[in-house]
Amino acid sequence: MAETVTEKIRPVGKRAGNQSMIMEKKAVLAAAATVAGPKEGSGPLAEHYDRIYPDNLLKEGSFEKAERRMLEETCFLALGKLGLSPDDIDFFIAGDLLNQIISSSFCARKLALPFLGIYGACSSLVEGLSLGAMLLEGNFAGRILVATSSHNCSSERQYRYPTEYGFQRPGYSQQTVTGAGAVVLGSSLEEGPRIESITIGKVVDPEIKDPYNMGMAMAPAAADTIYRHLTDLGRDADYYQLILTGDLGEVGKQLNEDILARKGLNLLNYTDCGIQLYYPHQKVHAGASGCACCALFFLGKVYKDMLEKRLGRVLFVATGALHSTTTYQQGESIPAIAHAVALEI
Amino acid sequence: MSRMEQNPNKELLLDKKWLNEWNRQKKPRPPLSKNIISAFLGGGAVCLLGQFILNLFISQGMPKELAGNPTITTIIFIAAMLTGLGVFDKMARIVGAGLAVPVTGFANSITSMAIEFKREGLVLGTGSKMFALAGSVIVFGVVTAFVVGIISALIH
Repeated sequence: MAETVTEKIRPVGKRAGNQSMIMEKKAVLAAAATVAGPKEGSGPLAEHYDRIYPDNLLKEGSFEKAERRMLEETCFLALGKLGLSPDDIDFFIAGDLLNQIISSSFCARKLALPFLGIYGACSSLVEGLSLGAMLLEGNFAGRILVATSSHNCSSERQYRYPTEYGFQRPGYSQQTVTGAGAVVLGSSLEEGPRIESITIGKVVDPEIKDPYNMGMAMAPAAADTIYRHLTDLGRDADYYQLILTGDLGEVGKQLNEDILARKGLNLLNYTDCGIQLYYPHQKVHAGASGCACCALFFLGKVYKDMLEKRLGRVLFVATGALHSTTTYQQGESIPAIAHAVALEI
Repeated sequence: MSRMEQNPNKELLLDKKWLNEWNRQKKPRPPLSKNIISAFLGGGAVCLLGQFILNLFISQGMPKELAGNPTITTIIFIAAMLTGLGVFDKMARIVGAGLAVPVTGFANSITSMAIEFKREGLVLGTGSKMFALAGSVIVFGVVTAFVVGIISALIH
């Protein structure tokens, strides 16, 4: 009889602690593109988006088709910045919020590339960046396209109510962002922010059952991943010039800070993408959410700040709520996940 | 202890008791008094409009007992129209229950579903999804009417 393995077998070298990986080749974010819907386009980050659409439908027949087109256009915009065509890409990694990740798969049909579809809800961008960086680390690819999208109307319709249904949203609810972001990951020969380490998060469930209360459902996962990342790598929070969470909104951001403060970690250079995308007068309650939320803020603004050397080291933690309409209608709570990538330039 | 028996949250930072306390203290509460007042005014405005339409029908020579039905139909038509024009959800965001409780909320739930699912076609979309939100109102309305009807028959 074979001997029972009691200890986890870990490769030495690139692993750090229980959940983190240190990259040797350091994949480079060689180019990034973002497209945004009309509401995001009239927000404070308008100048940073590559394309702003005047309406939510993009003259397509449905919101799902509109989301797909946003994703396709942002992919081609990102490729265009490096003068590349889809043929220069080895893998396409994408995820979105719609059932069976249709936006990503249908976009992959158009790009005709080897495709890995992922689902991490709103954490999809960082999940994609992590997988892409690992593929590059293993020499399995030279260039990888990572993309994500979300659309306010298609998500509302899938997760909540029809767009024209009238009701009052609670103050802690968030607005799903209409937009898409794509990034070309390349080898270390290219210029741009490098992925220095990765922390893959665990699923954390604070037993929140209210599907409007995403911030509180996701904040414990974000806190857990930030804490693991810093302890795995033996770093202080002020090692980073910016720690960025995906889409916790005002309520979730406060909870994340409070959880980490209990553990003795005070985040000084910390912000959340969810509170950056809209002006207060745009009436989005606790902030923004959705796959495109962190894509628009990170790829739109932070990426440029890093290129222009205003930011050197950034920890980017994207959070995702892993529920579906079926689970919450059956009375189950909302589990959440957060992944982190550390970037440097 | 085997791996299956371990508490999955053991190593996490989450303290459920502390979180419940946080929830109680820091989660934003709905502005109750503002919501109640705006719902009262909004609902009152719907009723005022209804009364105006009712009086109009009566003044045109309709008997008082029969004038109620065309009044409700008119209100439903107005609510459905406003839904189609994309105005209803903006009004409901302000007055909340003021528009949800009268027949306007019912009309809105049906119309908004019909519009939303028209892209899935007349049969699989509009036809089958139209009553997805309002369906429970109809079912439990009928059930309640049935129970109350039996009680009333027993008493008399």
